Amino acid sequence: MKLLETGNKISVADIPDRSYNDFRAELIDSCGGGKGARIVSLFALREGGNRLIAAVADDKAGTISVTSTLVDSTYPSLTPALPQVHLFERELFEADGLRPEGHPWLKSVRNPFATDFSRMGGDESHEVAVGPVHAGVIEPGHFRFQCYGENVEHLEISLGYQHRGIENAMVGGPDKRTVHLMETAAGDTSIGHSLAYARIFESMAGVMVPARAEALRAIALELERIANHVGDLGALAGDVGYLPTKSFCGRLRGDFLNITAELCGNRFGRNLVRPGGVAFDVSGDEALALAGRLKSLLAQADEAVELLWNTPSVLARFEHTGIVSRQDAIDVGLVGPAARACGLDMDSRSDHPTGMYRYTAIPVSTSLSGDVYARAMVRMLEYRRSARFILDTLASLPAGKTTAESKAPLASAMLAVFLVEGWRGEICHCAITSADGKFLRYKVTDPSFHNWFGLALALRGQQISDFPLCNKSFNLSYCGFDL
Amino acid sequence: MMRALNARLRQGYRTNPFPAEDPVLSPRYAGLPQLDPGACNACGECEKACPTQAISAHTAPSELKLDLGRCIFCGECEKACDQGAISFSKTFRMGATEREGLVLGKNTEMRIKRLNDEMLRCFGHAMKIRVVSAGGCGACEADVNVLETIGFDLSRFGIGYAASPRHADALLVTGPVSGNMELALKKTWEAMPDPKLVIAVGACAISGGIYRGMPEVRDGADSTLPVNLYIPGCPPHPISILNGLLGLLNRLP
Repeated sequence: MKLLETGNKISVADIPDRSYNDFRAELIDSCGGGKGARIVSLFALREGGNRLIAAVADDKAGTISVTSTLVDSTYPSLTPALPQVHLFERELFEADGLRPEGHPWLKSVRNPFATDFSRMGGDESHEVAVGPVHAGVIEPGHFRFQCYGENVEHLEISLGYQHRGIENAMVGGPDKRTVHLMETAAGDTSIGHSLAYARIFESMAGVMVPARAEALRAIALELERIANHVGDLGALAGDVGYLPTKSFCGRLRGDFLNITAELCGNRFGRNLVRPGGVAFDVSGDEALALAGRLKSLLAQADEAVELLWNTPSVLARFEHTGIVSRQDAIDVGLVGPAARACGLDMDSRSDHPTGMYRYTAIPVSTSLSGDVYARAMVRMLEYRRSARFILDTLASLPAGKTTAESKAPLASAMLAVFLVEGWRGEICHCAITSADGKFLRYKVTDPSFHNWFGLALALRGQQISDFPLCNKSFNLSYCGFDL
Repeated sequence: MMRALNARLRQGYRTNPFPAEDPVLSPRYAGLPQLDPGACNACGECEKACPTQAISAHTAPSELKLDLGRCIFCGECEKACDQGAISFSKTFRMGATEREGLVLGKNTEMRIKRLNDEMLRCFGHAMKIRVVSAGGCGACEADVNVLETIGFDLSRFGIGYAASPRHADALLVTGPVSGNMELALKKTWEAMPDPKLVIAVGACAISGGIYRGMPEVRDGADSTLPVNLYIPGCPPHPISILNGLLGLLNRLP
C-alpha cells in the first residue's frame, strides 16, 4: 500500500500494482481482525483491464493509503475474511460484472427488480414486505421482515429505487452540472457532499482555499448536522408517541435550516460551497446576529431534548432497542453516529481533519450501549458540540477573501481521496482523472452505504413495531445510497 | 409532566401566519427571477452558464426566456449577465397549473388556476395527499414534510398526508422519476380513487432538473402522469408549496 501524498492525492502511475494475493494480504493485514484501518472505498477502473483500487484509512495514524490489483472477470471474494467489503463487492459485480467467488450472498445493490431475497423456511415463519412506497413522507425502499411469531429474525433491505446514475454523470467532468449533482447526491447532506467534491477539485487543481472560506464551510457543515440531529431527535420522540419533543423539534429543525438560509439563501445550503471557497460572505453584524439567533434556538432545542431523558416511557422504549454490538459495528464497517453509539472512537473531523478542523478540535461523541438510546445520546452530544464550535468560529472568523480565484485545470492522471464527516457519518469521495484532466472515475460513498446493513443487524430479535424507531435512529439516506 | 407543560408554555405559539401575512425570508433568498429583455444584448452568456438549460437568449433580446420548471435557482445566469437583464427577486409565490405558464418571457402568465367548482366541492375543505419520492434527493421531501409540523400546521387548512393511496385525493411527486420508481409511481396513481390530482414539486419533478436527459431518469412526472399543479424550486421553499396548494384550493385571501 502506498500513503497518499500532501493534498490526499497520488499519481495514478504511483498506485501500487500488486498480484491479487498480495493485494488481499495487504488489505486483510491492515483492516482484518479489528486492526484499526478500514476500507473506505473499493472500486474498479476499467481502463486497460479490470483494476481493483482500494483506499484504506487508518484512523489512529490519520493516514489514507491506496493499493490496486488487476483481476479477471472473477476473483476470490474478500468478504469472508473482511465482511466490511461485502457491499463494495456486490456493487463491483452489478456495475462492472466482476464476480467475487465465494461471496456469501451476491445480491443486487441498485436494481430492485433483480433482488433474490433471503427467506427463512419453516411452517411457522412468515414474511412481511413493505415498500417501496411507504406510509410517510419518505424516500422509497423495499423491506422484508423475516419473522418467527412476533420476532424479526432478519430484515432484508432492497434499495435502488432512487438510482439516478450520478457517478456515471460525473465522468468527463468537472462541468457546469458537477457541483449541482454533488449537492443533490443526498439532499439533506448538500454541504457534506459539495464539500467533499470541492476538496477533490482543489487538491487536483492545486487551489489554496482562504481561511475565511474554510471557517464558513465548517459553520455550514455543523449547521447541517445540528438541523438533522435535532430534527431526528424530534422524530424519535414521535416514533415512541411522545409529542411535546416531536412538536418542538419539528419546528426547530426548520429554524436551524433557516440559519443556513441566512448564509446562502437556501435552507439546504445549496450554492454555498464552491471549488475554491464559498459563494457568500458574512459581515461582522451578520455574524453577531447569526450567533444570537443560534444561541436562542439552542436553548429551545436543549429544553425540548432534555424532556426525552426525563420521561421514563421514552427511555423505556429507547433502552435495549435495536442493539448493534461493538464487534459487529467493526466487522461490517459502520461509520458516523451509528458507529460512535457502539463505542467506536472514530470521526473524520478529528481522525482525518481538513480545513478548519485542523485548528479547532471538536470532541468525539461516543456512547457504549449500541441501542436507540445510544444513537440518540450521540446525536444530542454532537449537536451541542457543533453549536459550541459554530459560536467559537463565528466569534473569531479569519479575515480575508472567501474564494480563491483559480482557473487552473485539474492535474492529469491523478487519484485523490477525501473524507468529510457529514451528519450521518463519513462521506468518501475518490476521483481519478484522465490524461487530459477530466474525471475518468468518480466514486461517491455516502455513510448510508456502510450503515444500511447496520440497521438490518439492529432489527434482529426485535419486533416489527420497533422498525420505525430503529430506522429513525439511523435515519439513512436512500438517494445517497442509490446515487 | 410539569416539566413538559412548562416547556410547552415557554416554546410558545410558533405557527407561521401565512397566508394572512407574508413570511420573513432570508435577505439572500432567491425567488422568482425577473427578466429585462430591454437590457439583454443576446450575448448568450447566461445560456452557457445555466446548468439545466433553463434559459435561452441566443437569438434576440426579445426572445429572452427562462423556464422556471427547469431552473434550480443557482443564480449562475445572474452572475454571467453583465447587462443586468436577469435578477432573482424575493417573490416566493411561484407555481402554475399549466406547464407553459412556467416559461417566463413574452406573452406568458404564471398562474395557479383554482380547481373547478366540482373539484372544489370535493377537495376545497379537505384534501389528503399521498407523497411519492421518485428519485428525489430528500430536500423537496423535507420541505413537503415540514408543512405538517407546527411551523406551518397544514391541517388547519384541512390538508394532510395520507398513508395509503386508497385514501388520497392528490399525488404529490418529487424527484425526476427514476426508471426504478416508474412502476411504483404508476401503481400508486392507479390505486387512488377518482377524482384525483397530481402535484409536481421541484425542478426534478417538473422537468428532470439537474438530472434531465440522464438515461436512468424519465425527466419528470409529466412523463408518467397528468400533472395539475407545478411548484418550481430546488427545493421550493415550504411557503411556496403551501401557496401552491392553497391557490389550487382557492384558499388564498
